[in-house]
Amino acid sequence: MHELSIIAGLMETVEALAREHKAKEVTGIRIRVGALSGVVAELLDSAFDIYKKGTIAENAALEIVKVPFKIRCKACGAETERDDFQFACAACDSADLELVQGTELVLERIEMDSDEPEK
Amino acid sequence: MKKQLYILQDILGTNRKIAQEIKAACEEKGVLVVNLMSSPGAGKTTLLEKLAERLKNRYKIAVIEGDIETERDAERIRAKGVPAWQITTGGACHLEAKMIARVLPSVEADIDFLFIENVGNLVCPASYELGERVRVVLLSSPEGDDKPKKYPKAFTTADVLVLSKADLLPLLPFDIDRAKKEALDLNPSLRIFVVSALTGEGLDSFIEFLVAAHAALRPADA
Repeated sequence: MHELSIIAGLMETVEALAREHKAKEVTGIRIRVGALSGVVAELLDSAFDIYKKGTIAENAALEIVKVPFKIRCKACGAETERDDFQFACAACDSADLELVQGTELVLERIEMDSDEPEK
Repeated sequence: MKKQLYILQDILGTNRKIAQEIKAACEEKGVLVVNLMSSPGAGKTTLLEKLAERLKNRYKIAVIEGDIETERDAERIRAKGVPAWQITTGGACHLEAKMIARVLPSVEADIDFLFIENVGNLVCPASYELGERVRVVLLSSPEGDDKPKKYPKAFTTADVLVLSKADLLPLLPFDIDRAKKEALDLNPSLRIFVVSALTGEGLDSFIEFLVAAHAALRPADA
């Protein structure tokens, strides 16, 4: 259960960006969580609820986009999207693969209320 | 005024950046950093005691121990005549790069190997790089051969799997081929060593691997 430290890291970035853009309030945060990122989306949600109190994102909604993992077969070139941790090509069963997506843990978008004019 | 910022920033980016700085600084000095991960009781400290015994006459080594509480593991390593630093996380389930960065200035610069023993936990440590060149995951025979796919992140991110407590294999329904296959399904490039710290089985080949990885840091010296 390290979701709280992940949220702590996320909030550091969010608060820095909020300061930079002179935000009065952060109203929404969207993150992308890969199936191989090693964190549980539901726990991130609970951790966020605990952590956001008293911060500039106190009333923000956390939107979590779950990203399945995708592998590309080096033998036949096929791309397979999986959610079962089987590292094998769905087309030819080869194990010679590269990971295309699924390890990410990324802050994608922040919505804020700001006095700063749009550039 | 409502404003939307599109960013695409790695949430663990701060940890990764510190880890990369640690890695670069250590490798420039010829220090091989090894991160050991496993569930509690898989034998990380015992393996380190054996590595200390066998490496300390030929190489300078140091150990950073991560635990939730107590100095016990560091004391066990010091008893082998090897300097050890204990990080007690006070509850946190994993080590982070900034914790290593705080200890690093007190570790002698002219060492060959820096072993970091992570907090016993097969889940959370896998998300945090600590500056290691070699990430080792231990799976001990009493834990069962079905663990790799139940805890995939630890096995997909590791470079080396040590199947520990091999001396108990005759007593247990642990299918070593199944454990190897599960791990290799997840991570085909994983190096696997079957080791018993108690009898010494497999230690030589694991040490050979570590020594080669250390030598590869400075190919010019060879």
